[in-house]
Amino acid sequence: MLRVDRKKCVGCGECEEACAFEAICVKDNVAVVDPNVCTLCGACVDTCPEGALEISSNSGEADADLDLWRGVWVVAECRGRALAPVSLELLTQARGLADRLDTALTAVLMGYEVGSESQRLISYGADRVLLVEHPELAAFIEEVYGNILADLVRKERPEIILAGATAMGRSYIPRVATLLETGLTADCTGLDIREEDRALLQTRPAFGGNLLATIVCPRHRPQMATVRPHVMKVGVPDLGRKGEVISISPKEELLKHRSRVLESVKEQAEGPNLTEAKVIVTAGRGLEAKENLALVRELADLLGGALGATRAVVDAGWVSDRSQIGQTGVTVSPKLYIGCGVSGAIQHIVGMQGAEIIVAINRDAEAPIFNIAHYGVLGDVKEILPLLIQRIKKERG
Amino acid sequence: MTQVNYFLTEEQQMIVDLARQIAVEKIIPVRAELDREEKFPREIMRDLAQADLFGLYIPEEYGGLARGCFENCLAVEQLAYGCIAVTTTFAASALGGYPILLFGSDEQKARYLPDIASGRRLVAFGLTEANAGSDAARIQTTAVEDGDYWVINGTKQWITSGGEADIYTIIAMTDRKKGARGATAFILEKGDPGFGFGKKERKMGLMASSTRELLFNDCRIPKERILGRRGQGFILAMKTLDLARPGIGAIGVGLAQAALDEAVKYARQRIQFDQPIISFQAIQHMLADMATRIEASRALVYSIARTIDAGARDVAKLSAMAKVFATDTAMQVTTDAVQILGGYGYMKDYPVEKMMRDAKVLQIYEGTNQIMRNIIGKALNKEYAKK
Amino acid sequence: MNIVVCIKQVPDAQSVHFDTEKGTLVRGEAEAIINPFDLHALEAGIQMRDSYGGEVVVLTMGPPQAEDALREALGLGADRGILLSDRAFAGADTLATTYTLAKAIDRLGPVDLVLCGRQAIDGDTAQVGPGLATRLGIPCVTSVSTLEVLDDRKTMHLRRVCEEGYDLIEVEMPALLTVVASLNTPRLPSLKGKIRARKAEIPVWDAQELGAEPGRVGLVGSPTQVVSTSVPKFEARREMLEGSPEGQVEALVARLKEAGIL
Repeated sequence: MLRVDRKKCVGCGECEEACAFEAICVKDNVAVVDPNVCTLCGACVDTCPEGALEISSNSGEADADLDLWRGVWVVAECRGRALAPVSLELLTQARGLADRLDTALTAVLMGYEVGSESQRLISYGADRVLLVEHPELAAFIEEVYGNILADLVRKERPEIILAGATAMGRSYIPRVATLLETGLTADCTGLDIREEDRALLQTRPAFGGNLLATIVCPRHRPQMATVRPHVMKVGVPDLGRKGEVISISPKEELLKHRSRVLESVKEQAEGPNLTEAKVIVTAGRGLEAKENLALVRELADLLGGALGATRAVVDAGWVSDRSQIGQTGVTVSPKLYIGCGVSGAIQHIVGMQGAEIIVAINRDAEAPIFNIAHYGVLGDVKEILPLLIQRIKKERG
Repeated sequence: MTQVNYFLTEEQQMIVDLARQIAVEKIIPVRAELDREEKFPREIMRDLAQADLFGLYIPEEYGGLARGCFENCLAVEQLAYGCIAVTTTFAASALGGYPILLFGSDEQKARYLPDIASGRRLVAFGLTEANAGSDAARIQTTAVEDGDYWVINGTKQWITSGGEADIYTIIAMTDRKKGARGATAFILEKGDPGFGFGKKERKMGLMASSTRELLFNDCRIPKERILGRRGQGFILAMKTLDLARPGIGAIGVGLAQAALDEAVKYARQRIQFDQPIISFQAIQHMLADMATRIEASRALVYSIARTIDAGARDVAKLSAMAKVFATDTAMQVTTDAVQILGGYGYMKDYPVEKMMRDAKVLQIYEGTNQIMRNIIGKALNKEYAKK
Repeated sequence: MNIVVCIKQVPDAQSVHFDTEKGTLVRGEAEAIINPFDLHALEAGIQMRDSYGGEVVVLTMGPPQAEDALREALGLGADRGILLSDRAFAGADTLATTYTLAKAIDRLGPVDLVLCGRQAIDGDTAQVGPGLATRLGIPCVTSVSTLEVLDDRKTMHLRRVCEEGYDLIEVEMPALLTVVASLNTPRLPSLKGKIRARKAEIPVWDAQELGAEPGRVGLVGSPTQVVSTSVPKFEARREMLEGSPEGQVEALVARLKEAGIL
């Protein structure tokens, strides 16, 4: 429950404002919580300048079997027959975690005719690869992938499982966690180990990125997390690295399913996809007309980046909704984000604030995007973009 | 800051909230495009239908919500906050529907009102002609009895939703010698033989509203399409307008409020001589007058609409007052809003330019504001003669 | 067709703003709304009901005031709303949430379709849908962008959006779908719906009513725990480049070169 430390509380009312549910209010200069209304969302805890609020669990029962679970697993993701970049990011990160825990790092590779990727997994840090191949695994089916992984985990008992927070990872990893009745933290941007109890510290953005929460799974194993692509760095492969590849054929009963993929269609013919792009050039309403979109595209191509869009631009039908960044679209964290005529509505900002460098081009000096932009260019996108494109071309010779 | 309390019931507040939501989510994002491309707001009409707003004033037995003039005013005020061209299209359906509600036979009501209430069919009202504007008695369209049919000939001009509506209530002369008393109302349906539409008018504003001629060329309609009795046409038109005019006032209030909001927002943000222009009294005083006039208009429109709903008879004067005051206010406020935005206000990039163009029609349609003053003046003369 | 739509009441992100002086995001007087993705799930449910008959039941787990979200859903056209509310439910992570929702759906009897939004905009986990399907023992398809029921009324063809395009999927009903915004345009409420919603009875089911094991709901039933939170700081990084358009572009290119991007 939410506890108020009456000694620390000064009755400033910050928590009252932060609460979306009107569950906390200041009476006689001290914050009072209505436990019937409080959802334990934690928004107030962080807002409190005095550190007077705390959410605590009443439960203290310990699971005696935790020590039976050892090892770190990375669930490799194959699109078709090629590894997704996030798998290598995960291996690099997981190698560090495994070393700190003094345990082995295993990669799980599921698919059909994907075995050739095993050595790559090893060269990026895996000690062994559990290779599960079957024609039924050629297409991704939530039930099948989930059942096989859960079955492997029950047998092998790893303490940590990491997977990419991709469309695929986000759809079947929750199934695995539910089958195993354990905790799963979605979309992590930071991972660490708490030495004293080997706990995985999982940091993730909450409330649309307004808050960073660090989460543990103290009494259940495995500790599972999906990790946002493109956040963790990819290490240098050691091509001579040796590891063990264990081939596993899945039991027939695990292959039963009630859905099937009839067809997989690639929609983006060229350029990187939005969630994995290093550079994103985003079109906003300030472009005014669909014709001006060509400028944004040109800049994106020039920088080897992807084209993003605000909701307004998508709603206007200028681009398809898969380019939409923000609350109801995708969340991105590129190295460079350039907003062209993007005003910076909060719904958009929560989807791109993780970018390393934010550039805003807008003719409205009051546009909120300038508050978070590293570099603001005040001017009409129709005028600035051609200049910028020309200048970059010159730079490249 | 405390707002005027108009003591709305929970349901009335729901109507306000819903209409405002439609204005903000559906109308404002597309109003500039509708205006620029003179596009009829078909989709928004579907949204309004889905929200049950077309049935506000229609009895429950015909699928309506059995609310009155006041609720209608609440709804159109909020819609007008978004765009009065769209609102006019919506309101025109009520203008065309009222005659059926007021004078229709049980069969006519059962046949038309459910479709009108659900918004499945739009209605238009056809009174004005090239030579019969303020002087409605000069109507030249004729209806002649021919066995089981009426045969209609003539041309109606500047008919809102002409060509887009499915049902038309029109006024034609059945006995020209009797002047105004020789006028009769009829219900026409799109597709009636001999009933066609003229060119789409090119207007100063109100672009999203379709304004066209109705052409009757030996148009034959079944006898039972007569609305009310023979010779009742003029009184039917007047009663309809009496009920509709507070709604036009409410449209003025909504439009003026939108212009004020834009003006204040801009004045707070525009820096000249190192300060926001709202800190200058010249601007403050303009805004103060705008805000005060809007609130006075709203109070007047609301109280007159409520008076009508309370069952008052002979409301021509009150209804004219609601229309004239609120629409003159809308013209004044939108003009001042353009002035406050200065050069930007004159540009199509900012919404006040459209608001000012649109506002003008409010002083002209459904009886010019000069005619409104005539009505009020005549009523005063009559009232004081009795004292 | 018996359809259950799971919705969540979340704080409106529009009420979040920047504190430019402190350089932080501030959650102001946050207003509670229905999670935007869930509105698309509800719209899909209503359309299905209108095409194939049956009813749409809306479920939400939350504090007593989450009833407002259910009333809003009723105003949009749902047939019934049920509130899962109990002090014991508070602090649930996704595992405890799916346990509670599954208990409620079991209690409703056989369903043909369970619809959820792809994710909630406050938690952003996207885990409840797949987890709930697992508990219900029905197949799950995530991020659905188009939906078609075949003539047998037992099979659906769906598009599942992924990074590089989409998969066309065939799934047997009953099934659980999580939907994305492009699936449909949520309707506005209707006046008749709102009037009906205002008067509607909304049953509240607590842990006892659901027959839920006390150790599996709420904070106690949640394997994950938040140990700390922090507000990401937006360093005072705002630099408005100065000069003519050419000058600004020049300065920008210089900054990007410094950062090793160009």
